Amino acid sequence: LNAYEKIAIGDVHVFGSHTFTAEAIKRFAAKYDPQYFHTDEAAAKNSLFGGLCASGWHTASAMMRLLVTHFDAEEAKARAAGEPVLVSGPSPGFDDLRWPNPVYPGDTVTFTARIVGKRISKSRPGWGLLSMTTTGVKQTGKVVFVVTTHAFVETGNAVA
Amino acid sequence: MPKQYFEDFSAGQIFELPDVPISREDIIEFSRQFDPQVFHLQDATPITEFGGGLIASGWQVCALFMRLLDDGLLLDSSCAGSAVVETRAWPNNAKLGLVRFHHEIFNQHRERTMMMDNAILFGRRSAS
Repeated sequence: LNAYEKIAIGDVHVFGSHTFTAEAIKRFAAKYDPQYFHTDEAAAKNSLFGGLCASGWHTASAMMRLLVTHFDAEEAKARAAGEPVLVSGPSPGFDDLRWPNPVYPGDTVTFTARIVGKRISKSRPGWGLLSMTTTGVKQTGKVVFVVTTHAFVETGNAVA
Repeated sequence: MPKQYFEDFSAGQIFELPDVPISREDIIEFSRQFDPQVFHLQDATPITEFGGGLIASGWQVCALFMRLLDDGLLLDSSCAGSAVVETRAWPNNAKLGLVRFHHEIFNQHRERTMMMDNAILFGRRSAS
């Protein structure tokens, strides 16, 4: 089996954890999402969130960093073991992104993905689309992030 | 007083947001921190099926879009919280209303680079 064929629906990948500091939350927000509940601790107390919280795009970006690091490590492991290596390309997008609870300063979020779909691409020979649902859970057990992402991966000579 | 409350939105309304340039350096800086895949870091990439050149992380496009949405609409509004939230998680009261949006992002050639549907909570004028 090649690297694409070895992927099974239901496979779980634990990407790891990221701790959000007030400083990083405000730095990201100053550049990309300067709403007061992401930039100003005092003013944020009067918001629906009750305090400073991370931009949802900051949470998504932190997840992406852990995703890339995880799959780079998987690739290195496969290479070292002489096993087939999965080549991934860009993503055409994502579905059903949700931020069910806020991420506050000091929160540590652990991201875990489950493979939910794979199919051979009709438009790009030699490539397939891999779909995974990634969930971010913080130390209290509350879910703060859910998204289903899709990415092109090389299929080699796989037929399904 | 903010300009835009929940009551001020109506179905079919169109908001033109400002635009923002994105440089090669911007792309690489974001990618180094958040999405260090080869096609987000290098001018020439081995993945030629997708053009083979440097492309921005989709998350950076989302983040830049958020900035334009803030600057063009949300900062002068009663926006109370994040888009795409699970609405039942929020208090169901007379102070807030949910507005659903369809967003389209174009490049300078008027090619559509991203689409997104979401929902954003706004404070009601009647409750302010």
